[in-house]
Amino acid sequence: MPLILIAILPFLGALLPGLMIRAGRTVCAWTTATVTAAALIGLLVHAPAVLAGEVITYRLDWLPQLGLNANFMLDGLGLLFAGLILGIGLLIIIYARFYLSREDPMGTFYTYLLLFQGAMVGIVLSDNVLLMLVFWELTSLSSFLLIGYWKHLPEGRQGARMALAVTGMGGLALIGGMLILGQIAGSYDLSVILTQKDAVQASPLYLPALILILLGAFTKSAQFPFHFWLPHAMAAPTPVSAYLHSATMVKAGLFLMARLWPVLAGTPEWFYIVATTGLVTMVLGALIALFKDDLKALLAFSTVSHLGLITMLLGFGTPFAAVAAVFHIINHATFKAALFMTAGIIDHETQTRDIKRLGGLRHLMPVTFVIGTLAALSMAGIPLLNGFLSKEMMLEEAERTIWSGTPWLVPALATFGALLSAAYSFRFVIHTFMGPERHDYPARPHDPGFGLWGAPALLVVLVVVIGILPAAVAGGLVAAASGAVIGGDLPYYSLKIWHGITPALYMSIIALAGGAVLLALHRPLDRLWQATPRPEAKVIFDALMAGVVWLARAITAGVHNGSMARSGAVFAVTIVVAGYAAWAGGAQAPATRDLLPLAAVPLAGWFALMLVTLCLVFWHHQRLVALILIGVIGLIVSVGFVYFSAPDLALTQATVEVVTVILLLLMLNFIPKTTPFESSAGRRLRDGAIAVAVGLGAAALTFALQITDFAQPSISAYHLANSKTGGGGTNVVNVILVDFRGFDTFGEITVLGIAALVIFALTEAVLASPVGKWLANRPLNPDKAGDAHPLMMVVATRVMMPIALVVGTYIFLRGHNEPGGGFIAGLIVAIALVMQYMASGFDWAAARQRFPYHGIIAAGVLIAALTGVGSWFAGRPFLTSSFGYFEIWPIEEFELATAMAFDVGVFLCVVGAVMLALESLARLARRSGVRPSPHAMDVDPSRDVTAGGQ
Amino acid sequence: MEYLFSTAVGALTAGGIYLVLRQRTFTVILGISLLTYAVNLFLFASGRLSINLPAVLRYGTETYGDPLPQALVLTAIVISFGMTAVIVMLGLGAYLAARDDRIDLDDATPGATDTAPAQGKGDMT
Repeated sequence: MPLILIAILPFLGALLPGLMIRAGRTVCAWTTATVTAAALIGLLVHAPAVLAGEVITYRLDWLPQLGLNANFMLDGLGLLFAGLILGIGLLIIIYARFYLSREDPMGTFYTYLLLFQGAMVGIVLSDNVLLMLVFWELTSLSSFLLIGYWKHLPEGRQGARMALAVTGMGGLALIGGMLILGQIAGSYDLSVILTQKDAVQASPLYLPALILILLGAFTKSAQFPFHFWLPHAMAAPTPVSAYLHSATMVKAGLFLMARLWPVLAGTPEWFYIVATTGLVTMVLGALIALFKDDLKALLAFSTVSHLGLITMLLGFGTPFAAVAAVFHIINHATFKAALFMTAGIIDHETQTRDIKRLGGLRHLMPVTFVIGTLAALSMAGIPLLNGFLSKEMMLEEAERTIWSGTPWLVPALATFGALLSAAYSFRFVIHTFMGPERHDYPARPHDPGFGLWGAPALLVVLVVVIGILPAAVAGGLVAAASGAVIGGDLPYYSLKIWHGITPALYMSIIALAGGAVLLALHRPLDRLWQATPRPEAKVIFDALMAGVVWLARAITAGVHNGSMARSGAVFAVTIVVAGYAAWAGGAQAPATRDLLPLAAVPLAGWFALMLVTLCLVFWHHQRLVALILIGVIGLIVSVGFVYFSAPDLALTQATVEVVTVILLLLMLNFIPKTTPFESSAGRRLRDGAIAVAVGLGAAALTFALQITDFAQPSISAYHLANSKTGGGGTNVVNVILVDFRGFDTFGEITVLGIAALVIFALTEAVLASPVGKWLANRPLNPDKAGDAHPLMMVVATRVMMPIALVVGTYIFLRGHNEPGGGFIAGLIVAIALVMQYMASGFDWAAARQRFPYHGIIAAGVLIAALTGVGSWFAGRPFLTSSFGYFEIWPIEEFELATAMAFDVGVFLCVVGAVMLALESLARLARRSGVRPSPHAMDVDPSRDVTAGGQ
Repeated sequence: MEYLFSTAVGALTAGGIYLVLRQRTFTVILGISLLTYAVNLFLFASGRLSINLPAVLRYGTETYGDPLPQALVLTAIVISFGMTAVIVMLGLGAYLAARDDRIDLDDATPGATDTAPAQGKGDMT
């Protein structure tokens, strides 16, 4: 199976549980298990080759320009982790089937679980660090969903938020670190990065990259001081805890450190940061675990402690320590998953996880007792169980490690950590299973069915088998994975129970004996512990979060208090400041273009524009005057386009100006005709200053653009060269619109149509609300004109209508070769139609309008789309145009292009959109009780003559 | 000539910004219109200004105005009409609902948004 399929299979499978849950919980569980099993089999097929030392790769270029490729790689380390993720995942799926109650939405659970599984597999199989980061973030998100699965529990939600905040922040740091690493190594492919050890470690950016990457790893793997999220994540259902905290999520950080070990490890920085953090975490986690009464909390802190142990081993930076770390990852995953499941069984059957309310369960739950005891003793480091072997290796390596010139520090603390570990492991067994039977269990305990204990039992079998025959069972995997971590020759090591009488053996004996003593003294020590004041991580975290939220609120409220003017001002000032900073901070290109000569006519136009703009600013309180001035500005701009050789723009600007002014007039019909003077002088001064600053910036930017040539060759030359030969038109602007950039235009007319529909919908909403009733019955304006539909205007518009339509048609037809085209023709026709509404009245015009404007918009978009689709039938890409020349007597030779059909779509869409927008606004003005007049004109001499004759 | 063009863009921008920072919907819409002119002119000028060049291809002519910004600005003009129409409708709906065309509910105090019931109706559109 290709590697990409192994990674994607869980994601695809995540769609299934939601569907299969309708067929029942068991079917749902089996479907999910099948997906995971398929991925696992796909992985195991590669196992023999990988164990033989091969590296399986799968390459898929995605964005090679950015170095972002979907490359996957499977080596020993990847095989180990992917095997753990999928193998334990399979057991968890079966366990969860029997653990979750009927009220829990099981389909959702399995969907989350598969998403998480896919993300984890993706991390460990990625050969590209950017791809790995994507999966990394996905694990943060999907674990958030899993931890918060019991949405009704506040602890669950808080724990999920905390986990997301901590691991998410770490993920951000990791992105930074990985980008630096990729920059140094010159590639984002892991297989390349791993060969660049010398370049990376010599780089001045090594330390920043290291710290950022370690932040990501430490937060994920719950290393001190980020360890606090893990115990709070225990609010999740036990299968989630067992999965996330034994084999997967928290191991992702370890995986990352192991994966990058060949590049990053071996420096003093690496040793002091990683080994020290691991050591502190190991001792601290174990100490806290000893005094936790909640079984899952005990296991959570013990997980923190063991993660610290593995981190410390990786931090030592020696090949032997790396082997020990890999071996302990396997062992920890097996016994810890079994322990979590045991805790879940106890919780499930006795309805409590409080160790102080338990005890004496060994006769009531014999199967659980055996499983839990073997797993816990392995965690304590008892010989013949797998935990003993890796712990011995750890102690052996610790004994050799010198921390800052102090030879006894690391061995002593490591032994102390092992001692505490033994103590809480013993406590787990003795305080839960040993002692007299009690009579006050919340529920009558008994062993569960095979479904619940089958999975942990299988894991415990592994614990024992590896413990007795380590080299035979796990030797190959450990060698392959360690080889991948070290990236070189394996050191001498042997996986066996008896190494002779070594210092590590003494340390082990001290740890076990001390652990037993500590447990005997547990009661007084517990009282002492409870009396000692300790910093509570959650309180600190909550205070920190509250502080961050307060800061964010304060900034947001200061910048964005709901006042649009204020946000606008902040926005404008920011842009000016950013623009100035860019200008001041960069080098300016020298002026390379000659200025165009000055002439009298444009100077006059400039004066007019400046004057009208000034007038507009000063007289904007008179809204009608302001509207006229806007129209004047628009016309000057149109004339400017003519002057600067852009007749198409001039035509468009002029016609759009007409409809915009009509639009604003319609608005003015309802709103007050003047703007009150309400801003203070200071405020006006401030706004004026901002406006002038932005204006100066815009002027400077425009000027700077004008005096330099293009930095890159423009693609316009291509358009000019191919317009006639490829697009069949000499009006390059139109050919660009309907041909070269036809897809853009297609999007634009769609947006225009949507805008018109939005206006229509808003109008409907207003009319349907109480406002609509008020509008229909509002008092008449006393200044109303006596003749709403004057004779002269009606007649004039009627006469102009066919002329305007002919002009529109002409402008449309010439569009491909002369200035014009669908946009402009559409606007002209729309104006002709609007004139009928204005002159003859809404009802009169609407009654003669056969096609609804929605339909016209839709027809336009459809025609444009069909034109594009048509080119598929010719085997060409979407919107490829073709053209030809035809001759039909008596007309001259003429050209037909498919782009013309596209332009028809543009035309119809523009007509429909403009008309729908204006018509919608006009509908607001209709009153109730006024019957539509059958006549277009209020005063009609011909009608009066007829009436007089009777 | 470039001086004239640039200062005109600057003046339109400044006028637009000043009007956008005012308090009433109609004035703000006028300001946005001015900004639209300014932005369109700026985009147009990114092809560099040219005078008296042919608008369509003809034999024997090598230099033309830059057609690409023209095509982009052409659609921008039409789209900006659509957007103006939408904000006109929004402003009008808000005015009709609240009988008040102020855009800021209360300019001075932060958080006043929640305590102005009469204004709150403006959100109905």
